[in-house]
Amino acid sequence: MKAADDKKMTAAAEPELTGTVPGPEDFYQDLHTDLMFLNYGPSHPATHGTLRSLLALDGETIVSAVGEIGYLHRGFEKSVEHKTYNKVIPYTDRLNYCSAILNNIGYTKAVERMLDIEIPDRTKFIRVIVGELSRMIDHLVCIGPQFVDMGALTNLWYVFNEREKVYDVLDKLTGARLTNSYCRVGGLYRDFYDGCEKDILQVVKGIEDAIGEVEKLTAKNRIVIDRTVGICPVSAEDAISYGFTGPTLRASGVNYDIRKAQPYYYYDTFDWEVPVGTQGDTWDRIYVRFYEIRESAKIIRQAIKNLPGGPIWTEDKRVKLPEKQDTYQNIEGLINHFKLIFEGTRVPAGEIYDASEAANGELGFYITSDGSGYPYRVRVRPPCFMNFAAFPEIIEGFMIADATVTLGSLNIIAGELDR
Amino acid sequence: MSEMSPVLTKLKQRFPGDVVSTSSWRGDDTAVIKREAITRVLEFCKNDPDLAFNFLMDLSAVDYLTYPKAQPARFAVAYHLYSLSKNQRVRLKVFANANEEIETACPLWKSANWMEREVYDQYGLTFKNHPNLKRILNHQEFVGHPLRKDYPMRKRQPLGSVDSLMDEMEKRLKAKGLRY
Amino acid sequence: MGVETALGESAFTTTLDEVLNWGRKNSMWPFTYGTACCGIEVMGLMSSAFDLSRFGAEMVRFSPRQADLLLVAGTITYKQAPILKEIYDQMPEPKWVIAMGACASSGGFYDDYCTVQGIDEIIPVDVYIAGCPPRPEAVMEAVMKLQNDVIGKDSVLKRA
Repeated sequence: MKAADDKKMTAAAEPELTGTVPGPEDFYQDLHTDLMFLNYGPSHPATHGTLRSLLALDGETIVSAVGEIGYLHRGFEKSVEHKTYNKVIPYTDRLNYCSAILNNIGYTKAVERMLDIEIPDRTKFIRVIVGELSRMIDHLVCIGPQFVDMGALTNLWYVFNEREKVYDVLDKLTGARLTNSYCRVGGLYRDFYDGCEKDILQVVKGIEDAIGEVEKLTAKNRIVIDRTVGICPVSAEDAISYGFTGPTLRASGVNYDIRKAQPYYYYDTFDWEVPVGTQGDTWDRIYVRFYEIRESAKIIRQAIKNLPGGPIWTEDKRVKLPEKQDTYQNIEGLINHFKLIFEGTRVPAGEIYDASEAANGELGFYITSDGSGYPYRVRVRPPCFMNFAAFPEIIEGFMIADATVTLGSLNIIAGELDR
Repeated sequence: MSEMSPVLTKLKQRFPGDVVSTSSWRGDDTAVIKREAITRVLEFCKNDPDLAFNFLMDLSAVDYLTYPKAQPARFAVAYHLYSLSKNQRVRLKVFANANEEIETACPLWKSANWMEREVYDQYGLTFKNHPNLKRILNHQEFVGHPLRKDYPMRKRQPLGSVDSLMDEMEKRLKAKGLRY
Repeated sequence: MGVETALGESAFTTTLDEVLNWGRKNSMWPFTYGTACCGIEVMGLMSSAFDLSRFGAEMVRFSPRQADLLLVAGTITYKQAPILKEIYDQMPEPKWVIAMGACASSGGFYDDYCTVQGIDEIIPVDVYIAGCPPRPEAVMEAVMKLQNDVIGKDSVLKRA
């Protein structure tokens, strides 16, 4: 190989002596040397957590890449086999920790379907409102650092200021900033506090203003356009084969949103659109999220306007804890409480696959029950897993800097990827 | 169930010998398929215009070792398919024991690659003709398969050195006709 | 005392230790080893609402060679452990470690086959922060505690 290279070099050098100037092709031909291998991650600022890829580089161009995951594999699926159904909820928070409530909703929805429980309308509406709010902040966490990777730090502050305000509301409502554990099987941890609707409308307005500013700053920016348009495109066919869902799939032009396709919680009664991209490049993957934030805001406004009153808990005794008064003063109440806490809700034997639209795509829970209070097997279908499986293939042929931006646009959340 | 869903009816008609049983529970349709037949059933599901299951949404496994109700084999691999045009879902299940191989779904869907690796890693089930069947979530020095019911939950295994990934890289470079 | 009388208020004397420690205290450069949920809270901590730069620790370095504070934010698994150890070894002395959150401190509620039960199994830890994830205020308190710790150190003699 070395000898062949030498021959090539002398051949290229010869015309120069006779007076011809070597063109850029000759120059770059000489630059093609041995491949260089670069570990990209797992501890790297642009990999947003714990992702690792091994890149084979020719100059700055990635000719081949392989990915490795599992650095945050913390045994979700094994751990929850030893917990009662309600105790699984805090674990689901830590799957996609940027939008914990959406995971709570996905899980409780699956278990409620297994139990064949209908939850009150107020609970459904509250889940929609808080869930969409979570989706908005999840997209903000994608958008902000995305632009930091491109060197536009200001945008991070714009969106994070608003995100902090959302956390203040969630903090007041659920008692936690990040890992909310807000839903329960058959109900919610607590109802809205007085004035919560007003607070939510205010932060929603704030987010809309902030992303408006960010869009103004970036959408016509030459650097952003050069670095994202046409970078790492994924065709619709490939996206389906890779198993993409959510914003990454819709960026490729496939109109699939579970909230529209298999509506739950009255999503079909709200007036909103599914934003769809055209090329599936990094630009589409980033900006589809801007539009989704706006659609979420529309849903929240309508849901708050039509928020029904009534209880937030189902009356089903299999899941609902008795009133505190009954627990303390009534033997049946005490036994009921004790059994629900210690033995857990008994879910009929069977298996179910229930999907909901999380911030990154289809979040599926495949739950197998053996009839006891503990799930026999909980499998999570994480949307990020499919996105990152495709990542090494879609960055091939592009440059390292493109890989960074593309990774940000896929929005890989390690907690969900590795579970 | 008095009335069978159209998807299951179609599958049963097309593959009378390969569909072991069908069931529906809470709106989920399940068809248990013979292990040897899974590739042709999946291929039919994907390509048949009436079914058009173009998404392999999920591929996972269950270990029935301690399950109260007896099952045909210890493990089951579950394929969750979704059809975008028909907006329908189906679950195909294949029962297998630890020493039995299942044909890979990688040629049909790219998403099968990593999901099958995960099933191999967590349950120790092997997929025939898989391009790169190695551990994915657990580290390279891990012994055993943690999601099996007989793997103790707290059996921890420290890792000595990190995987260089060069074996995968070599395969990939070779496939592209590159040398290093 | 002689110098101070001669030059008035334009100079003061101190010990080398005190100057060094004063500098170190007010310019900690953290290496954020963010792996999970706590890493997201660190982003909040660095952003305008909480702003860790008020304590002089806003220069987040992603090279261990340039950092003196290792902020381990998130779960460390056995697969991750060798990498964390290597990064700690690469940091130059003097260095400090904060274990942020339940997972880094003790494994948290991930008491299973793949999670390291506290990073102190691998590297020494100076401050532990409780919480899952801890609030940004808690991390600030940890940084302040560490600053008090740094002040009392006898760094020059230790070197010699």
